Amino acid sequence: MVLTNSHMFITKYRKWFISFSAILVLTGIVVIGSIGLDYGIEFTGGSVLEVSYEQKPEIDILRTSLFEGGFENVLVQPFGDNGYVVKTQTISEEDRKALVSLMNVEGSEMSIERYNSIGPSVGRELRTKSLYALIAVSLGIILFVAYAFRKVTYPISSWKYGIVAVIALLHDIIIPIGILTLLGTEVDTLYVVGLLSILGLSVNDTIVVFDRIRESLSDNQEKNKKESFTKTVGNAIGQTITRSIFTSLTLLVVLLALYFRGPAATQTLSLVLLLGTLVGTYSSIFLASPLLTMLVGKEKKDVQ
Amino acid sequence: MLKIRLIAFTFIVLGVFLGGYIYQSQETQPFKLGLDLSGGSYLVYRADISEVDEGEISDSMDALRDTIERRINAFGIAEPNVNTETHSLGVEGTEQRLVVELPGVTDLDEAVDLIGQTPFLEFKSEASLEEQERINDEIEVLVSSLNTDEEGNLVAGEEFDINAIMALESQRYVNSPLTGKYLEKAQLQFSQGGIQSGGSLQSQPIIALSFDREGADLFEELTRNNIGRTIAIFLDGVIVSAPVVNQAISGGQAIIEGSFTIDEAKETVGRLNSGALPIPIELISTNTIGPTLGQDAVNAGVFAGVLGLILVGIVLVLWYRLPGLIAVIALGIYTTIMLWMFKTIPITLTSAGITGFIISIGIAVDANILIFERMKEELKKGANRYAAVEIGFKRAWASIRDANISSIISAVFLFWFGTALIKGFALTFGLGILISMFTAVTVTRFLLLSLAKKKGKSSKIMRFLYQNGFNK
Repeated sequence: MVLTNSHMFITKYRKWFISFSAILVLTGIVVIGSIGLDYGIEFTGGSVLEVSYEQKPEIDILRTSLFEGGFENVLVQPFGDNGYVVKTQTISEEDRKALVSLMNVEGSEMSIERYNSIGPSVGRELRTKSLYALIAVSLGIILFVAYAFRKVTYPISSWKYGIVAVIALLHDIIIPIGILTLLGTEVDTLYVVGLLSILGLSVNDTIVVFDRIRESLSDNQEKNKKESFTKTVGNAIGQTITRSIFTSLTLLVVLLALYFRGPAATQTLSLVLLLGTLVGTYSSIFLASPLLTMLVGKEKKDVQ
Repeated sequence: MLKIRLIAFTFIVLGVFLGGYIYQSQETQPFKLGLDLSGGSYLVYRADISEVDEGEISDSMDALRDTIERRINAFGIAEPNVNTETHSLGVEGTEQRLVVELPGVTDLDEAVDLIGQTPFLEFKSEASLEEQERINDEIEVLVSSLNTDEEGNLVAGEEFDINAIMALESQRYVNSPLTGKYLEKAQLQFSQGGIQSGGSLQSQPIIALSFDREGADLFEELTRNNIGRTIAIFLDGVIVSAPVVNQAISGGQAIIEGSFTIDEAKETVGRLNSGALPIPIELISTNTIGPTLGQDAVNAGVFAGVLGLILVGIVLVLWYRLPGLIAVIALGIYTTIMLWMFKTIPITLTSAGITGFIISIGIAVDANILIFERMKEELKKGANRYAAVEIGFKRAWASIRDANISSIISAVFLFWFGTALIKGFALTFGLGILISMFTAVTVTRFLLLSLAKKKGKSSKIMRFLYQNGFNK
């Protein structure tokens, strides 16, 4: 097929691809830095009340009712077909009861779909824990990849594979976060779960290509065949590209089904994963392996 | 060859059997759904341990958990979950928390009251004679309504309604004004002498109560009015002892002599001393999910999952033809094994957990694709199908193994560091990868081998079936 022969241009124009990724990552960082993440109450602490009505009252009636009841800093938004969601800072049990009764306007039958109140300390903990988990996973991956590739020390040392895998991983997380920040997506717990899934998938994808490189290197050594590292990497990309595209295609199919027909609650999650899969597939082909050839370029000139 | 086909066949039978079992047992043993899917309340309390000695924190927290658990159990809520957790807050030290999960309780008021209500120590005196008669009669009616055989034994299937009888029994006593409110302190003591056990004198633990001035007066009055009768001491609504009063007792000292073990007595003393709960608690976080919201999520999730699987199946078969069909069967078996494990272990399924499972399906598909791609390479080099499967498999294995081990490492760290939600994700994700590795090396492999001839030319049809559409 066409793709199998086009792989060499990837290593040939690696500077372009790497620069492209670098620009996207930097843009992502700038976007995240300037707009900031819209943390949900799980992270900041606060309360969310989600109610549904038999007959949905006008939003202004609710706002007035809440304002007159003393809830001045609350956010009321429509939710679903016949409900509203109310967000406030963390409130006490008494305030919650007051809030519920204020929402019960017009005598329209109301039921509470969800109430979630998170103390500030719980939110802070979730943030630090998510960060710790990310750091621990990154370190674990560097160590494992360095171990798994320990026999492959020529032409670049094995721990560099690990570092490149982590660079690809950060790339795969930062770009989707950037896009989601632009879209104004709220960071809730499922968003974090989505990012964690990307971690797993990204590494999985990258290692499959690396493994192919490792195999070719040891084959070449056995047969005493001289081949430039760049060529080996190019071949490895070519040999795995069908698989990479096909695997992400099947994942995308599932995720699209989940996004369009799945529960409303997991829509953000599917979106995070969709972006992550696309970016992750791109990075395993166009970023991780070209980066490897860059590293060898610095360490040792290619035997072209 | 026959052996390989037999093994392959066994896998399919196993898959069908598990699938049938999962479907059949849905009535008797449904999947365990987390609160976000089943509806319910999730409450997090902070325990105030500032007054507790460092060494006793763990014991006190256990006592707290047991107390809360008893209170919840008294209300007959199915499968409540009460846990204590130690949380690190970084530089600010640690925080002890009590996490309560109440499935099905979607009314937060009810849930908070349930935990916060304060059952206590009560002293009760005997009800009037007429009342005693009435209770005796009612118990007799209850007992005689049961079917018995000639020897007076219960007919199979008949059971005493213990709760009804207990409820009646507790009516034998009426409230007095004396409650735990007037308690000044409780102490663990040991009765002098006591029961002979194994030749040595065993002392029996007793609980000594001291009332405050008001309580002492009430106690004196209560005892004076009940000389020759019993006074029942109730703890959390359960009668613990009913001593006979010999004389009026002044000075506000009382003793509870129950058949306690030392540990029970110790715990009770602890609870009495610190009011209703061994440690004061404060509600810091709540999460209530209504019943419809969770159900909608499950329905939509199942629909999307099935739709996604069918689409993946179509894509696999169109692209890889016969091997694609094998992958679909292997995925089916993988899914049934996972669902069976969710049921049997059991693993509580949350939306995060289900996501982990769906991602693991993606990785399971990937393992199949890796094998097929390698197999195709071997076929192109001119290997026969059997050899192509074996070599393709061997070569793909290193990729599958390393990629999956790194994913498992992620899962382990996420489980280790994560919050409850992340843990749920990490568990199904990690388990899914382990099982998918197993199904890739066994199910897919044997199914492929069973369809490949070792020798001779393959027919045109088989060659077509083993190629994919884009490769000529």
